[in-house]
Amino acid sequence: MSQPLLDIQGLRTWFKTDDGMVRAVDGVSMSIAAGETLAVVGESGCGKSVTARSVLKLLDMPPGRFEAGRILWQGRDLIPLPESEMNSIRAREVSMIFQEPMTSLNPVYSVGEQIAESLRLHEKLAPKAAMAAAVEMLRLVQIPNPDRRVHDYPHQFSGGMRQRAMIAMALACKPKLVIADEPTTALDVTIQAQILELLADMKSRFGMAIMLITHAMGVVAETAQRVVVMYAGKVVEEATVEELFGNPRHPYTQGLIRSIPRVDRSAVKQRLEQIPGTVPSLLNPPVGCRFAARCKFATDACRAAEPPLREVAPGHKAACIL
Amino acid sequence: MTPEYVSRRLLLLIPALFGISIFLFALLAAAPGDPFEELATNPAVPPEVRLALREKFGLDDPIWQRYLHWLVAIAQGDWGFSFVSRMDVDTLILQRLPTTLVVIGASQIVAIMVALPVGVLAATRPYSVFDQVANTLAFVGFSLPTFFTGLVFILVFSIQLDWLPFVYRADVPGSGWPWLWTHIKQSIMPVMVLGLFQGGALVRFVRSSVLDVIKLDYVTTARSKGIGERKVLTRHVVRTALIPVVTLIALQLPAVFSGALVTEQIFRVPGIGSLLIASMLANDTPVVMAVTFVSAILVVVFNLIADFLYASLDPRIAYR
Repeated sequence: MSQPLLDIQGLRTWFKTDDGMVRAVDGVSMSIAAGETLAVVGESGCGKSVTARSVLKLLDMPPGRFEAGRILWQGRDLIPLPESEMNSIRAREVSMIFQEPMTSLNPVYSVGEQIAESLRLHEKLAPKAAMAAAVEMLRLVQIPNPDRRVHDYPHQFSGGMRQRAMIAMALACKPKLVIADEPTTALDVTIQAQILELLADMKSRFGMAIMLITHAMGVVAETAQRVVVMYAGKVVEEATVEELFGNPRHPYTQGLIRSIPRVDRSAVKQRLEQIPGTVPSLLNPPVGCRFAARCKFATDACRAAEPPLREVAPGHKAACIL
Repeated sequence: MTPEYVSRRLLLLIPALFGISIFLFALLAAAPGDPFEELATNPAVPPEVRLALREKFGLDDPIWQRYLHWLVAIAQGDWGFSFVSRMDVDTLILQRLPTTLVVIGASQIVAIMVALPVGVLAATRPYSVFDQVANTLAFVGFSLPTFFTGLVFILVFSIQLDWLPFVYRADVPGSGWPWLWTHIKQSIMPVMVLGLFQGGALVRFVRSSVLDVIKLDYVTTARSKGIGERKVLTRHVVRTALIPVVTLIALQLPAVFSGALVTEQIFRVPGIGSLLIASMLANDTPVVMAVTFVSAILVVVFNLIADFLYASLDPRIAYR
């Protein structure tokens, strides 16, 4: 395989709080090839968003801190990079779509101005040309009457339209990678499907790679090629979508898949399966496997030492001794 | 902003000012005191003269009649006649108002020019040394009353250092640059005293407003566009954070007027503040009425301007 686009190696992003160090991301490695869609799944607080924001260094530092690891963007480590050089990567090479379309757009600028902003900076477009490009982007993301709506303010857009505008903004400078941080979580189900479809459509048009952060296994199955499952700041399993759904190796992944509601089972009126317990504190993570306390297969060996991520089949890694 | 919106807001001023005038008039009529008191104690003036004067100015009429009389007069542009100065109230006010407006205007500019950069800088580095120092000074600034800081300024800059005059002179001789320089020199202390007092509160407000905005999602969005921290701050943070500050500045205006009242007394600035106090002491009701009414008009008008500004700064506000 050639050099991956983004290669995160042993990343540790910790946060200093009054109670101590929160090890939000604690030794995470993952990579994305050009044009690939990688899904990062896990429940709230597992460190998936922090991993995503670490890539563009959008975390407040302090309290955040890179304790260890490298974030290689086309072979170049981003962590020691000064802000000025980060700014030439942001939006132009790596862009981001956020979870909350209602609050992620600035209320006092028109949607068009906000799309045009990065175009004017990175592509050095004149104000008029940038606005024309913004109209084109809005047309691409299927906003009706884009030449009129481009002057609208975010509050005149619905949630789904705002997320479309966010996608337009993220794609404006034709980046090589788009990080979508739970882009559909705040939207209702019908809109979710439309947004995912739009993302897939944009991908076939522009050929960029997508890092899709989500907690919904259903979204993963629909969109991604490869999946990374995170739990309590660590990667617990990594595989292709088919492999992961067909042959999940980590008990946490198995639990996640069983918790997807299924139409063919609903007739039996069976209660949906859930994973008992909650995520351990990242202030003081337990020794051994972090999932052991919630795992029904856990043995003393699991609690004694942390199982390493090892290859269980070609291209399929899992951090479980079973 | 549609012309209909502007004209409707302007029309709404009329009932507001009408209400204010009724309230002010009733309050002044209820206040004890007699503008011709000194005539009563003067043995050279027979009581009949005093009564005739009261009769002439209609002071013994029922209050509603006096109010109507005042209203009809003001509608014709007649602000009344000062019992004490023996001249028309409007000339009296026009003599004094420019000085006050210059002092208040300059002090507001000082307050904003100090508060904006300090507040924004403090908010971008919360709990840093700069923030702590700025906060402490802001607290000192708006905790100390102007009559205290005014006296301290006089002690230091006029008496100890002898840099600035502490009595304000309206009738500065000469013209051109020396004339302007004398005016600037004598304005520095009252403007600073008033400006720093207002600025103190404003620093705290700008800081908290910027802190509120800086944590919002769209600021992260702006950062993710790689436009650089300075542009993120000016375009996306300060622009939005200033909207509530505009309201605060307008709401503070009555406080600025009362601050100016005290400051004018301390520095002997011949503005409408000192005119008001002198007239109150002399029971010169027409002047008191006119001065309070003028300040009320100014406050109402500036609040309206703030509303217009607010609507043009924030697209979410409908102009209906």
